[in-house]
Amino acid sequence: MPSVEDLRLMAYLHGGFPLVDEPYAAVAQALGTTEQDVLQRLQRLLNEGYLTRFGPLFQIERAGGQFVLAALSAPEAQWDGVAAQVNALPEVAHNYRREHALNMWFVVAAESPALARQVLQRIEDTTGLKVHAFPKEREYRVELRLPLLPPGVTLPPPLEVPHGAGCV
Amino acid sequence: MALDAFDRALIAATQAGLPLVARPYDAVGAALGVSGERVRQRLGEMLETGLIRRVGAVPHHYKLGFTANGMSVWDVADAEVDALARQVALLPGVSHCYLRPRSLPVWPYNLFAMLHGRSRDEVSEQATHIAQLLGAHCRQHDILYSSAVLKKTGLRLKED
Repeated sequence: MPSVEDLRLMAYLHGGFPLVDEPYAAVAQALGTTEQDVLQRLQRLLNEGYLTRFGPLFQIERAGGQFVLAALSAPEAQWDGVAAQVNALPEVAHNYRREHALNMWFVVAAESPALARQVLQRIEDTTGLKVHAFPKEREYRVELRLPLLPPGVTLPPPLEVPHGAGCV
Repeated sequence: MALDAFDRALIAATQAGLPLVARPYDAVGAALGVSGERVRQRLGEMLETGLIRRVGAVPHHYKLGFTANGMSVWDVADAEVDALARQVALLPGVSHCYLRPRSLPVWPYNLFAMLHGRSRDEVSEQATHIAQLLGAHCRQHDILYSSAVLKKTGLRLKED
């Protein structure tokens, strides 16, 4: 399991990362360690799978794309075949089995709403099952902040993330 | 905000992650044939317009012990749902809180809040808090636990 220092780094990097020449050095300074330590620790956490990714998180809807949550009811006897048909489409970004009559829940991530509709239609056509689409109408929260740190362990304030032209 | 060729190349070069080298923006710039300063400038603009939510670490919640993940869904009176959802979104353990259309008759729920905990007990405790907050404005609710991950890739933008 990750050490307290690992958890501190993960929790700190969750909040943001500065747009400066040597950002890992800036993070190291804030956490009271060395740039080398930050880089090695990050690499290890990624290698061991405690972090799935470290970098910019793009919100492609701001560039015309669309994410649509959708669900269908797959009969158990056809389960594997339906899962394979749904997963085969590159626009299907996530797919989960859930305990409900609607037992397969997936997210279609497309570069346009028109493409998203086409993909959902194709899933209905290939599986022969009714697809229920739940496009988001309003968003209240989109990220998880896990309570990673043990009691009593604190973090320095987040680094200033310069914006726009101000960062050059 | 339409993506130009440089934006697409920048997204393609960084969507899997930032390089783990002392000067990561310079490294991305070198791969794209521009300066690190140009990379930082464009990333900063994308942050400002919201095309980038943040630059940061994505913890693997399952590996970190948060193995219970439930999609809690709520049938909340339309007139009240907006104000209530804003409060639900602030509760600990909640992520991805959205208003979505109902799909009657099979699906009566309009408020979706993903809940994460170390056990199903912890998740159902979170759901109890939400139920208390929604009170009589919520007609019914359910929690759909995920029992298998069938695919998890995220959006992958192709370079033109």
